[in-house]
Amino acid sequence: MYQKEALKMIIVYFIATLVSAWILVPLLLIVVSAFALPQDYYNLEKPFPTQFTLENVNTLLFVLGAWRSILNSILVATMTIFLSFLLGLPTGYSLARYVFKGKDSFKLFIIGLRMFPMLVLAIPLVVIYLRLGLADTLLGVALAHTAMALPFVVLITSSIFAGIPVDFEEAGQVFGLSKAEAFFRITMPLALPGLSAASIFVFIMSWNEVFIASVLTLVNRTLPADILVSALAAPDPLKFAAGFIMVLPAMLFVLMARKYLVQVWGITIR
Amino acid sequence: MLIFIGYPILETFRLAFTNPETGALGLYNFLTLAKEAYFWDALRYTFLLAGIIIPIQVTFALIVSLLLMSRFKGSGAVLYIFLIPLTISDVAAALIWYNMLTGSGYLNRVLLSLGLIQKPLHFFGYQYRNMELLAIVATEVWRATAIVFVIIFAGLQIIGRDYLEAAEVFGAGTWEKLRYIIIPMLKPSIQTALIIRTLFAMQVFAVVWILAGRDIPVLAGEAYYWQVELKNPNVAAAYSLIIAFVSLLLGAVYLKLFKPKYLEG
Amino acid sequence: MVEVRLENLVKRFGRVTAVDHINLTIKDGEFIVLLGPSGCGKTTTLRLISGLEKPDEGKVFFGDRDVTHLPPRERNISMVFQSYAVWPHMTVYDNIAFPMKIKKMPEQDIKEKVKWAAELLRIENLLDRYPHQLSGGQKQRVAVARAIVVEPDVLLMDEPLSNLDALLRVLMRSELKKLQRKLKVTTIYVTHDQVEAMVMADRIAVMNEGKLMQVGTPEEVYEKPANVFVAGFIGSPRMNFFEARVEAGILEAPGFKIKIPKNAPFYSMDLGEVIAGIRPEDIHVLDRGLPPGVIPAELEGVVDFIEPLGSDTILHLKLGDTTLLVKIPGAYRAEIGSKVKVALNMAKMHFFDKGSERAIL
Repeated sequence: MYQKEALKMIIVYFIATLVSAWILVPLLLIVVSAFALPQDYYNLEKPFPTQFTLENVNTLLFVLGAWRSILNSILVATMTIFLSFLLGLPTGYSLARYVFKGKDSFKLFIIGLRMFPMLVLAIPLVVIYLRLGLADTLLGVALAHTAMALPFVVLITSSIFAGIPVDFEEAGQVFGLSKAEAFFRITMPLALPGLSAASIFVFIMSWNEVFIASVLTLVNRTLPADILVSALAAPDPLKFAAGFIMVLPAMLFVLMARKYLVQVWGITIR
Repeated sequence: MLIFIGYPILETFRLAFTNPETGALGLYNFLTLAKEAYFWDALRYTFLLAGIIIPIQVTFALIVSLLLMSRFKGSGAVLYIFLIPLTISDVAAALIWYNMLTGSGYLNRVLLSLGLIQKPLHFFGYQYRNMELLAIVATEVWRATAIVFVIIFAGLQIIGRDYLEAAEVFGAGTWEKLRYIIIPMLKPSIQTALIIRTLFAMQVFAVVWILAGRDIPVLAGEAYYWQVELKNPNVAAAYSLIIAFVSLLLGAVYLKLFKPKYLEG
Repeated sequence: MVEVRLENLVKRFGRVTAVDHINLTIKDGEFIVLLGPSGCGKTTTLRLISGLEKPDEGKVFFGDRDVTHLPPRERNISMVFQSYAVWPHMTVYDNIAFPMKIKKMPEQDIKEKVKWAAELLRIENLLDRYPHQLSGGQKQRVAVARAIVVEPDVLLMDEPLSNLDALLRVLMRSELKKLQRKLKVTTIYVTHDQVEAMVMADRIAVMNEGKLMQVGTPEEVYEKPANVFVAGFIGSPRMNFFEARVEAGILEAPGFKIKIPKNAPFYSMDLGEVIAGIRPEDIHVLDRGLPPGVIPAELEGVVDFIEPLGSDTILHLKLGDTTLLVKIPGAYRAEIGSKVKVALNMAKMHFFDKGSERAIL
């Protein structure tokens, strides 16, 4: 009987290692490629490059001006966070706290929105933006991203606030605070961890988004859009340096917000 | 709030529908794309990719979920590792796999140095379309299985321990437990996962575009092409609508197909 | 139908020893109840017998078979769970049929047995329903039907009645007992409700903190509790305890003194400092008269509180520093602060050693 148990354990560990390697090795490899000396890289004799350089990253960032795209991406993502929270947070709060007519259908609407293919927005937006003068602007992209992120922000803020008992705010009101004060001084600090995780998530969403960004911009590209357009042309090592830069914030995020990842993602799925 | 969310959607809908090339309403754009071989290819390939990738992902996600259920040392770490691809964009994922599979990529180099092959394997290029498909499938499975996984894993957690213990007491072995208890009780989760994943699959774009360009047309890729390269927003919008339509259709099909009886009433 | 033997069973969870060297033999066909407060180890013991937990030390025998390391499905047992664990995605029929289906019994046999079990539990008209359409009581019957359908060697029940409302509980108590008598299957039943135990058990195993406090028939456990714990756990309301000194024909307690009657069983014993116990039902109010067989010792106390229960009344009587509960049949009125004369039945006095809390008499 014990042998069966031991065998089971071995299989489990084996598969676990396999799965982990499956995920991690490709990531490791692109880091290697990003920093590999091009001559080393193209030398087919060696299975792995052994000489490394910052050249690739350098070239990408400065010679090709990728730093501008990165900046753009950061700006867009930040604007998206700001706008989506500005609109989404109060909505989420009211969803959690108040009962109003049509609440259920509103909820369904939000959930339905979540499933709606957002790239359908992209094409018509180009036309609209041309009229509004927003074409090829970062603000335009940010607005589109906000529309994309809004359902998510509403859902997650509402579940965060629902998780904070109303009693806390009411106790604050009993003891002298106004409704607004109670919200800012009691509820917000409690909601902060969840909200920060959510904002990081929105950041990543915007940072990674490629279709809308590519369609809406020409000169002021975000990083993914830039890569998409120039991907087919650039030499390999540069491609990989770009890949590395794209992956970096994501990895950092995972490191920082491990605990919240599953919950946050689970909520969006529901 | 409603206004801000609703307005762009409505506007875009309206614009997309009043899609005249010459100012008149009509199906002109749809006809244009129907005449193109690319359209039918795109339709085919989009579905083909979805049809290959999704079952693989669901099975994979199930296996990993079950794996993580037997709590072993380090299962927490494996969980986090498995979730990393969730944060990686499709562009980056494409680059990562391109890195490995290209002519001077690591797969080839390792195989060459081990003497298993004489010439490098080609994954890219028009002549190697089937290999391109393989590359795309591999990348997508790597990148997006976690999406399916999160849903199934959550669903697995909900199955009460008692149900499994009762099965154990009444004679069920591991396989029987899976077959009679776990999978039936996972049906709602699987349904949700399928819907979500299929919806995303209809929109597959960057991975295909980077790895195969227009060698393998897909619906979203065509939309992009018409918009940005051919500067024809109308046809592009038509493509978008088709994507939306197909997505909604599939969503409805799934809902109908998977209604678990015991949740009714 | 087998004899179950537990040898030196030990189960630890971290630093807590949930089951502490349990030795117990359960006779073939016996209905034994594991009784005790939450956390006493009764459920863990049951799970060790079932195989859902593995012991750290000790063995479990079914007859001559050492089943200690066998998984549940190889032990030929059945179990009724506290939560019923009736699978929600299967019909009642499928639920009951499950154990047989796993054993790959022929379809026709399965049909017959399901019918038989369903009729015994009176749920034959529910076979097509799904669990979410059933009430708690009905679900519970499904769980029981499922458990008896393969005629197990041992039937295990983990607080199966605790989630039912009071009326249903009383009804099911007798039904389960009758069922067991009919099937003659060795049954091990866990509960924290001592009334359930007293009504249903052939023998009761009282547990506390992982150890067996006493094993005996309901009468034995009630009349001759082996220690303070058992004495205090069995019987409602709880037995009265007070410190006493029994010497030279006098029983002295904080607040009163009794001259021990000559015909009291402990008349000539010098027990020294002890813990004395007497059940509220063994203290009688004098103006109601004394039932036959009572060896009375009269005392007078002051009414501290009255609890009218309808069928009985509980009187809280203060005698000096000691408060005794007195159970009076029917209604009884008295003013708080008034004096009442009672007689303690010396034939029903219990004495326990102060240190070990074990019974002396």
